[in-house]
Amino acid sequence: MAQFLLQRLTISLLVAITVSIIGFSLLRLSGDLAAELAGEDATAEEIAQVAKSYGLDRPFHIQYLDWVGKAVQGDLGRSLFTNEPVLELITTRLPVTVQLATYSLILALLVALPLGVLAAMKQNTWIDRLALSIAVFGQAIPSFWFALLMILFFGVILRWLPISGTDTWQHFIMPTITLSTFAMPQFMRLTRTGMLDVLESDFIRTARAKGLSPIIVLWKHALRNAVLPVVSLAAVAFGFLIGGSFIVESIFAVNGVGFLALESIIRQDFPVVQSIVVFISFVYIVLTLLSDLINAQLDPRIRLN
Amino acid sequence: MAPQDQAASQTANGFTAEEFEVEAPSPREVMRRRAKRHFGLIIGGSVVSITIICAVFAPLIAPFDPFEQDLTRRLINPVWGEDGTWAHPLGTDGFGRDLLSRLIFGAQISLTIGFFAASIAAVVGSIIGMIGGYFGGRVDAVVMYLINCKLALPPILVALSVVSVFGGTIPVLIAVLAALFWDRYAVVTRSVTQQIRNQDFIAAAQAAGCSKARIILSEVLPNLTNQIIVIASLEMAVAILVEAVLSFFGLGVQPPTPSWGLMVSEGRDFMFFKPYLITIPGLAIFILVIAINMMGDGVRDITAPEGRN
Repeated sequence: MAQFLLQRLTISLLVAITVSIIGFSLLRLSGDLAAELAGEDATAEEIAQVAKSYGLDRPFHIQYLDWVGKAVQGDLGRSLFTNEPVLELITTRLPVTVQLATYSLILALLVALPLGVLAAMKQNTWIDRLALSIAVFGQAIPSFWFALLMILFFGVILRWLPISGTDTWQHFIMPTITLSTFAMPQFMRLTRTGMLDVLESDFIRTARAKGLSPIIVLWKHALRNAVLPVVSLAAVAFGFLIGGSFIVESIFAVNGVGFLALESIIRQDFPVVQSIVVFISFVYIVLTLLSDLINAQLDPRIRLN
Repeated sequence: MAPQDQAASQTANGFTAEEFEVEAPSPREVMRRRAKRHFGLIIGGSVVSITIICAVFAPLIAPFDPFEQDLTRRLINPVWGEDGTWAHPLGTDGFGRDLLSRLIFGAQISLTIGFFAASIAAVVGSIIGMIGGYFGGRVDAVVMYLINCKLALPPILVALSVVSVFGGTIPVLIAVLAALFWDRYAVVTRSVTQQIRNQDFIAAAQAAGCSKARIILSEVLPNLTNQIIVIASLEMAVAILVEAVLSFFGLGVQPPTPSWGLMVSEGRDFMFFKPYLITIPGLAIFILVIAINMMGDGVRDITAPEGRN
């Protein structure tokens, strides 16, 4: 286990470093950032001045190391647009994004688990086909469009739900539903295939043969094994939901990290964009590592290769 | 049992060699038979074919120039709405452009970007995956590391940032999407290559002195084509969706080009009193993506050795 842990930690660390380099260079690929910052009519002298004041005249690796050195101490730079510290911009908006992603994850699991189990138990019946169709629909629907349709239907025609903001719990209903359609189909398919595999296995046949009731076989024997991969996917999906929440956030005016990222990309506010991209990647790396370790703990075959 | 014995035992049971052949159709024939009965494949394939025809013959099919603005004919309802007219079956947008014509030309954008992004990603991803799977060891560790790096980055946010820097031209969009969606090909081709690299035909090719590149391309690759085609169709659907997202947020295809995602975003200003401006182009994306998915699932089902599941 120690060797497995060390190996996973090394890989994660390497990935984290690479991702931070990619994130850092993202908006510097554009070429002359200083010229853009100085404005359209700037003279060469003014551009050089700007480059110097932002430290853009230094070699790339020095800029990167400088950025990492400060980032480790909690200084992610300041927004070029509002001049607020980036760390503060992110931390004030993070709770609402995490809240939204958590609700969406719970909703996706609440729909996907029963549906997947049911589909597997009634394989090749209309229930199975319905479940698979729901998964295809969820995967194929453009989430920005789904969000707008819900606004039209529940917000404008029926007037049941508020269409923007985060003031009450009702404000979270439509964003949560939209975001959960991201993750639901994967969970459903994985639960279904997991259940199908388990139901065919020997220990289930044994359990049935010794005369256990179908309900006990399902709950105590089958489900526990079928759901394991779903749990580890859920950890990864949480990172994915945080990264994908910007669509929902911008349509429903949820002032979270995703909305901030989108605004900053449009404004070319590179200190903010690079910090958010790297931050989301780190969340993903940590969650993947955790899910690997949980898996290895639960299933010795993985850690012993 | 050797083939001769099998034939002999069949004859012994009263079967002739000819009848035996009829009973065992060729793999291609099996595929054809399965395809005819596969409902999803037929529907998905038809919708995709119709969309391709619309895209290729757009200038002939579209009733109007998709760029031509006519401010006297703004926001005409579709034919089923109030004051709808058959001159504009799906109505007109805020600039008086014919929505049906823009939808037909929009198919070109979605299909071009989806097809090329998925194909380039297929080439890059499969090569990376096969190399990792075939060589194993340190090479494989590098491949896994590359895949992990790719997975860690939030794909759509990175796409948005890159496109915001380089501009939303079609070649840039294709390159960005291809760069972001090669990982699934790599994961699958890697694991399948690992499974087949120790088989006899690979050893035979090695013994015959084939170069490693040749073994990968002419011995390993043919065993992967079905999987690659299935992934490519699913990834093409994803690329079309992401293009729509980028264009919806104003960073993808630029106006006045008729991209479906951009059309939804242009329709947003009028959505409360002219909802068809967002429902119709969104529905087009939805239907095309579902059709491509159905087609991909269908290809997987008919090429799978033992049929479904």
